[in-house]
Parts: sequence; structure tokens; C-alpha cells
Amino acid sequence: MALVYTEEHEMLREAAKGFLKEKSPVTEFRALRDNQDPLGFSRKLWQEMAEMGWAGILIEEQYGGLDFGFTGAALILEEMGRTLCSSPFLSSSVIAATALRFAPETLKENWLPKITSGEAVIALALEEGVKHDPAATSMTAEKSGNGYRLNGSKSYVFDAMDADGFLVLARNSGNPGQEDGLSLFMVDSKVSGLSSTATKLLDSRNYAVVTFDNVEVSGGDLIGSVGAGLAMLEPALNAGRIGLAAEMLGCSDQCFESTTEYLKERKQFGQIIGSFQGLQHRSAHLYSELELVRSAVIKAGQDFEKNPEHAGMIASLAKAKSGEVAVLAANEAVQMLGGIGMTDELDAGLYMKRIRAAQELLGDYAFHANRFAKWRGF
Amino acid sequence: MSDLEEFQAKTKNWLEENCPKSMRKPMRNEFDACWGGRYCEFSSEDQKLWLQRMGAKGWTAPEWPKEYGGGGLNKEQAKILKTELAKIKARPALLSFGVWMLGPALLKFGSEEQKKQFLPPIVRGEIRWCQGYSEPGAGSDLASLQTKCDDKGDHYLINGQKIWTSYADQSDWIFCLVRTNREAKKHLGISFILFDMASQGVSTKPITLISGKSPFCETFFDDVKVPKQQLVGTLDRGWDIAKYLLTHEREMIGGSSDGSMGGRGIGEIAVSALGANENGELVDSALRSKIATAELDGWAFLLTMERSKDEAKAGHGIGARSSMLKYYGTELNKRRFELLMASKGLSALEWEGEASNDGQLPRQWLRTKGNSIEGGTSEVQLNIISKRILGLPDPKVN
Repeated sequence: MALVYTEEHEMLREAAKGFLKEKSPVTEFRALRDNQDPLGFSRKLWQEMAEMGWAGILIEEQYGGLDFGFTGAALILEEMGRTLCSSPFLSSSVIAATALRFAPETLKENWLPKITSGEAVIALALEEGVKHDPAATSMTAEKSGNGYRLNGSKSYVFDAMDADGFLVLARNSGNPGQEDGLSLFMVDSKVSGLSSTATKLLDSRNYAVVTFDNVEVSGGDLIGSVGAGLAMLEPALNAGRIGLAAEMLGCSDQCFESTTEYLKERKQFGQIIGSFQGLQHRSAHLYSELELVRSAVIKAGQDFEKNPEHAGMIASLAKAKSGEVAVLAANEAVQMLGGIGMTDELDAGLYMKRIRAAQELLGDYAFHANRFAKWRGF
Repeated sequence: MSDLEEFQAKTKNWLEENCPKSMRKPMRNEFDACWGGRYCEFSSEDQKLWLQRMGAKGWTAPEWPKEYGGGGLNKEQAKILKTELAKIKARPALLSFGVWMLGPALLKFGSEEQKKQFLPPIVRGEIRWCQGYSEPGAGSDLASLQTKCDDKGDHYLINGQKIWTSYADQSDWIFCLVRTNREAKKHLGISFILFDMASQGVSTKPITLISGKSPFCETFFDDVKVPKQQLVGTLDRGWDIAKYLLTHEREMIGGSSDGSMGGRGIGEIAVSALGANENGELVDSALRSKIATAELDGWAFLLTMERSKDEAKAGHGIGARSSMLKYYGTELNKRRFELLMASKGLSALEWEGEASNDGQLPRQWLRTKGNSIEGGTSEVQLNIISKRILGLPDPKVN
């Protein structure tokens, strides 16, 4: 498959770009932050996105979705990255929609139409430590009648406040660190014993600690078989990783573009600073790195679309490379803007903070480089 | 059966019948490479046969038109041929600057007579070409070249010196940049001319490199007479051709680092040299993370090469982006060879001896240092990206 976007993709990108520029420019994100919005995103805007079909972009038509393919979802995330649009798209429409593909029919019927319509937001309750490490899960899932009883706590759960449901990974056997013995559940947020406490992180988005205190779920809430939850979750994790890679590409690209524009305007020593070779070479290097990121993101999207169960290595490549270069793009933006780059008035700092979070979520550079190396046999 | 499927079946059969068995193994050393030309000494009868057969078929230049000796294949067919060749691990029948560089330039800028005269012998591997670009005083600033080309009525007279001419001492003809106008601005007084290296007044002197090898020469022209019909394109506008050719050269050099070593990654090579722990991880964890970074970059770069080709096919010219590929590819290749050297430790230092095939690795490692210099240095590529792609203003030159 050629590593280029189709005409359909380009049309979607243009539509997304236009919509986000009008409805969700960076000033909107700034307003959410400044008003200390408890959700960190606008339900109204999310509703509009759902009406355009975005919320169900990966969901099959029988559940009301567009079934447009993963490359389209990645393109939307890239454009969202460009304007720092905050929405539950990644959690609900990319990660949860992917996980639910492998769920029993009743779960699909319960949740997918509601995700598509924007009525339900689903978050991934996964992390328990400070580094991404699904196998380290210690939260327990004990057999209880025909169902399971969940006990434990998940932290840094993004899009958690106001979520209607959670994808939860819990341990039914074995010890933390073991990949086996984990099970994946779809849990309604209204069940008794479940509570969320908001966590304020540097990127001003919606995070929470979600606590499960003797939460009872039925056997029908299980996705995949008991003990095989991590393998079951893997495609959804990879979808999220590629999605974050795409979002960071948008962030990086926007940082790079506005910095390059600034280099063409700002004068010092009686010259446009963009004429200094010291800055030119750094910009040209960053441009080259961004081209590599774009190739990796396109390839990852296409491979995932073709075969979501075997896209782990390419997802790691995309996530690692995009995160690495995004950090560089943000650092270079602030440095080249100089003093004003350090001010809250400019957007560079907002991008820097979002990039810091996005590169850490679902595995940072070291995590993915390590995974990549294992796959490559060293 | 579709046309392409039929082509594939036919190609497969033809290769099965015509590619000698001994040509279906990777090249072991430089003697296994066939560059053709008048002075060519074939290392085996099979090598000669393979070149003759591929040349007669036009498949040494698969996409050139048939009327000039090429294979006349379209892009899809050429891709199939490449795949089928790779499947049987066939060695290239011919390595040739004529095919890679001069040919594309002649097809675009040459006269009908020039195409008819020069292209078919390139395809058959009969004439080996070298490139006369750099001069002692014109390296990165190539357009300041000074080799004189004076109009003597019925012929041109060439005087001057070139340097870093690849394989000049083994080549039959040269394509050369010369100054035909000393009054005009430096870019506008250059012409592109072809002549026989056996002409009176041409001499070459090999340069020994840090690798101990001598792929380059100094080349001297002392009153070399050249027929006027051997000037390509318009007089004084040779810079356009030079730029076009440099684009090809950059892609070639950038693309020569393919992120792998004949399918084996650096990580795998390091594990077989140094060993792995119980988890199968390279024992040296600091080296392991460096290799992982280089391999991640190598893969992303490979995908970028692929994307450039796909975009070119979709009608978007590659243009100044070849500078990005050249810059990144050569810098990456240097990193990769540093890691390969580290992976082999002290044994990588062996310069002579059978175990190291007379220091093949360290010599290659040293050779890669030139990748980011030849064909325009990394710094020149970064300048081009800044100016042409990012639109940043020219630096103030004092």
C-alpha cells in the first residue's frame, strides 16, 4: 500500500481542519483551562463532533458508526493536536471502540451506539504506577457468583471525570509483573463502589484516580477470556499509541510552523534571525525528523487498519519516534522564540505541556524502544 | 491472468533460465561487482554472461525507452522485475554511473543524436562513465568551478583539474562541468560536456583514502580537444543539468543506507558478537539502547524513502526533499557503522587478516565518513532545506 493519503483522507483532513479552526482554536483550550473547567473539555463540542460522525469513525455501520478506517481517526487526532483540542475522542472513539470490537455482542449493543452518538464517554482505567506498565497490574478481580468483584485503584485515567464507562484491567490470578492472569472488563460508571477523584496535571486535561471498592460486575462484562485480558487489550493500546503519535505529530508540526514564521519576522543585530545559519540548521534538522515521524505515523495507521492484532511493533515505532521529535519540537520552539517563548501568553508552553503528557501516556520512548528491540531480537 | 501477472510469470521464467547459479549469491567483495567498460576484467564467465543477457534485454536500465536500448518497462513492471531479482538473490548485473546518473540527465536534456549514441552502450555495460564535478577550489561551492572550456571554432579546448572523480582511472568517458563563460554570474557560465577519457591530454592520479582504498582520483585536462556536438543542452546552462543530476546522486547516497545489513539488524549482529542475557537482551544495556535508537530511526528513514517514492509516483516531485534524504541517510549511516564497530569490539580493529576479510568492517566504517561530504555536505543539504523548503532568508555573507 502506497504511503500516501487517499483523496477521501485529504477531504476528511480539510473538513477536520476547518471545523477545529472555527470551533476549537487554541483560545478555546485556553478558556477551558483559565475557567478551571471540571471536565477539561466541552460536552457540547463533543456532541457536534459526534454528529459529524467522528465519535463512531472506527465503529461498524450496524452500530451507527462510519467504519471509515484507522487512518481517518489518526488524521483527526493530528488535526486535534494542531489546535490542542481537548476531547474524549482518543479514549472513547479510538481506544474503547477498538477494545469493544473483541467484546461479546451484548456489550457491543449496549455501548457502541452510545459511543457513536456521543452519549457515552468511555475511559481506560489501566495505570497503577508512575510508568506505563500493564503487566504490573495488581487490582484484583475475584470470582463472585456468576460475576467478579473488583478491588483496587487506577490512577492517571484520562477522560475519567464524567465518563460513563471504564475499560478496566484487573488481576484474577498470578502476581504483578506477570502478563498472564489479567482480565479485561467493561464497567458502567454508575455501579456502586466506584468513585473518581480529579487529578490536575500540567496539560490541564481531564484525569482522575478511579477507585473500585467491592465493585460487582457480571460475567457478561468480560471482554475476551479470563486471564487473557492483556492480549485482548493490546490492539486497543496500540490504537491509543498510534493515536497519541498522530496527535503529537500535529502538535509538533504546529510548533514548527509558527516558530519558522517567527524566524522570518524577528530582527536582531539588524537582520532577520532566520538568516542565521545556527538557527537554520536546527530548523532543517527538525524538519527532517518530522518527515520521519510522518512516515511512521502513516505506516502505523495503515498497518493497524489492515491488521489491528499485529501492529505492535509499528505502533511502538510511531509512538517512540513521534514522542522523541515532539519533545525536540517543543524545546526548539521555546528556545527560538526566546524570552517570549517562556511566557504564558504564547502558545508554545501549552504545546510543550501537552507533549510532555502525551509522550508519557501509554509508554514513553524507553518503553517503546525496549519493546522494539525485543521484537528485533536483541 | 492480468497483464502484470503475465509479466511476472514471464520474468520469473526468464530469470530462472538466464541468471547463472553463481550470480544468485550476495557479493562477497568489490571484485564481485561488475562495472563494465573497456577495461572490465570479469571475475568469472558467469558474470560476463549475466551482464550480456541482462544488457541485451535492456534490464540493466529497465525503465529507459527501448529505442535507446532500455527495457521499456513501466513503473509497475520495473517493480516486479526488482522483486523477482531479489527473490532469487540475484547480484546486480551492472553497477553504473551511466545508468544511475548520466542516463537520466541525457534522457531529459540530451539531443536525439546524443541519446542514440550514448545510451545503448551504457545499457550493455560497454562504456563506463565517471563524473567530473568537484575541483580543488570548488567543493561545497561547486558553482565556482574553474575548468576552462574555450570555443576554438570547430571544437572546444578544455584545461583544468577535477578532484574526487570516482573511478576516473577505470572509466572510459567522463561527463563534466566546465566554465564556458567567465563574464556571467557563476551559475550562468557553466556547461555540461561529455568526452572520452582516452583523449590526448587527459590524465588521472588515484587518491589514497583513510580506508586504504582509492576509489577517487585527481583528474587533469591539458589542452583536451572535444567535438562540439558533445556539449549537452544549452551552452552556459549546464548548472540546470548539474542540479538535476545532484538530486539523483543525493537520493542514491542517502538511499544506500537501508537501515539493515543484508536483512540483519545491528542488534542481531551485536547479540551474536557479544551475547544475550536470560531474557534474550543484549548483555551491554547501554549499547543496546543506542542500537535501539539507531534501528528505530533506520526504520522510520526507510519508510520515508518509501513514502518519497510513492509521492513521486503520485505526481509530487521530490525536489529539495532529496536533500533531506541525503542528509538524514548519510548521518544515520555513520551512526550505524559506529555501532557496528562497537558491537565487534576489539576484533573490529583488525586491518589485515583472514578473520576480518582484510578489515572489511573498519574500512567500510571509514568510508561512511565520506557519505556526508560527497554529493553536497550535510551542511549544504541543511542550507538547501532552509532556503527551498522552509523559505528562510539567505545568510548574510561578509
